[in-house]
Amino acid sequence: MPAAIECRDLRKTYDGKVEAVRGLNLRIERGECFGLLGPNGAGKTTTIEILEGLLDPTSGEVTILGHTWQKNQREVREWLGVSLQETRLSEKLTVRETIELFASFYREPRSADDVLDDLQLGEKADAFVGKLSGGQRQRLAVATALVGNPRILFLDEPTTGLDPQSRRQLWDIIRSFQRNGGTVLLTTHYMDEAERLCDRLAIVDHGEIIAEGTPSELIERLGGHHVVEFEASGNSSDGSALDSWRGLPGVESVRHDNGLVSLTVREPHLTIPPLLDAVEKHGSQLLHLTTRQASLEDVFVNLTGRHLREL
Amino acid sequence: MSLAQETPATPVRPPIRRNGRWSAFSHLVTVRMKELKREPEVVFWVFGFPLLLALGLGIAFRNKPADVTFVAIVQGSGTQDALSLIERSPQKSSIHAELLDKPAALKGFRLGKYDLVVESDGKGGFQYLYDPARPESVLSRAEVDDALQVAAGRKNPLPTSSVISNEPGSRYIDFLIPGLIGMNLMNSGMWSIGFALVDMRQRKLLKRFVATPMRRSDFLLALAGGRLVLMIAEVGLLLGFGALVFHIRVVGSLLSILILSAIGAVGFAGLGLLTASRAQKIESVSGLINLIMMPMWIFSGVFFSYERFPSVIQPFIKALPLTALNDALRATILEGAPLATQAGRLLILVLWGGISFLLALRWFRWT
Repeated sequence: MPAAIECRDLRKTYDGKVEAVRGLNLRIERGECFGLLGPNGAGKTTTIEILEGLLDPTSGEVTILGHTWQKNQREVREWLGVSLQETRLSEKLTVRETIELFASFYREPRSADDVLDDLQLGEKADAFVGKLSGGQRQRLAVATALVGNPRILFLDEPTTGLDPQSRRQLWDIIRSFQRNGGTVLLTTHYMDEAERLCDRLAIVDHGEIIAEGTPSELIERLGGHHVVEFEASGNSSDGSALDSWRGLPGVESVRHDNGLVSLTVREPHLTIPPLLDAVEKHGSQLLHLTTRQASLEDVFVNLTGRHLREL
Repeated sequence: MSLAQETPATPVRPPIRRNGRWSAFSHLVTVRMKELKREPEVVFWVFGFPLLLALGLGIAFRNKPADVTFVAIVQGSGTQDALSLIERSPQKSSIHAELLDKPAALKGFRLGKYDLVVESDGKGGFQYLYDPARPESVLSRAEVDDALQVAAGRKNPLPTSSVISNEPGSRYIDFLIPGLIGMNLMNSGMWSIGFALVDMRQRKLLKRFVATPMRRSDFLLALAGGRLVLMIAEVGLLLGFGALVFHIRVVGSLLSILILSAIGAVGFAGLGLLTASRAQKIESVSGLINLIMMPMWIFSGVFFSYERFPSVIQPFIKALPLTALNDALRATILEGAPLATQAGRLLILVLWGGISFLLALRWFRWT
């Protein structure tokens, strides 16, 4: 059985100079929820638009359910639902009219009422799109993607700019689509979204995949599942200080950022007491200490030295 | 293996209905009509504005009874003679004479308040001061001289008589309405297609549509279809208004007028499509549309005849699409000329529209 989405050595160069995508290889199986996680400008939107058949790659092959975009484009589109980044739908139409318009493009769509219910837009069915809140508009955008009864759902940054409740609502919708047998490919720069929704993900930076796997596999590769973060008075980030932190029991890796030292550790309770001793021996005082679970953000920072979101 | 057999076995959820071949097209047209109806400013510009123009200009340039000419008579010895002669002449109702001292008379004439200055020459006759560059001044001199001569006793050797012809067809409003119809078809064609498309591109709505199985040809056909529906309303409204309010006589058949207008509407839609093919921002396409339309507002005979322009540029003027449309509309509406006689002008429209359309297809940025 062919994979849901497959691409080999995908490249996209703009004007012969800007290399947005540099040799990407992906294989997404049916029924998976796959994420492209990376900061802004990593090439996620370019990649997903090439996979959606909206952009021609400079080189490389793309197959969707075994078919290429060069042949039977219209047929392939019947199986896909697409939600782009920042689409502004017509504000003078009602929610229902918008959904029915998109439904009219497909051969065998679902009923508008069904989709309205699934996306909890029922009571806004006859409201004008211009009067919807941000969260409602995003749900409408996803509704237009789902009305065609797709097998694969493409979502480009689906929850950017939304409040927490709207984000959770969308996550539920995506999960239920997947439970019904659908495949999902989404791009995001939110690590919590990637962790919660994706079965597997690829971390993308500067047009390349720098790591791939399930969320726990990726965190596993850090070596430890916990992070101990602290700030100490005096010089806690110079070369010798860092060496001493690295030598503490259970520490897998050390990094520092503006005086804040982060240790990836296996077991916090094995590391913290020796840490307190070491700080005292250093002649410093602990100003701040926290411990938390390792996240994909830590994976990204570990791989690139930068954060997923420039704060 | 056929494509149908190759597709994955079960869809994600059981479908409810099947859409026919034209479901996308009919929804696109309906949606466009709904959007338009819900935007009052657009309704005003497309329908209300041309009517207001017609009303305003029609009233301003309505045929009035023969214009009265204003004459300044310089006070002096022969003044009384001039005045009484004018009183006795048959044209006295169209000559309005005022008595002034010389400086006031000259100043009034210079400022255009008077078309002619009459001064006694001290020998029983009169001297006229007129400006050959001002048509009303030339006419005034002729009229006043005629009045004075006849009143003084001239006998005309040649017997002549006059008959009044006041039939509609030759008034300014008759000239104007077909021009306004043509201009309106151009305006709405360029803006409703050109501007709307760039707006959709800017909002990524075009890209969103293209991501679905919607056929691009259906989308374009729906745009044209919507235009044609509106065209019927635009033309009908202006013609009806002209007939009702200004009693314009529509000589040509309604069918010919509609066919002609349809060709014009679709021609300008093609031009609108071409202007919208690459622009990413509505500001750029707005500038481009204005750039294209403004020469035609001036040169294509909307408000005044283009024959006033130097003959060397006449062929270029006649090659413009709006000129061709206006000329054909006037011939059809005012003279009842059959469409076959307008073949040359129709060809100009078809070429402009057709070539624009083909170029647009090649250059159009859907994503």
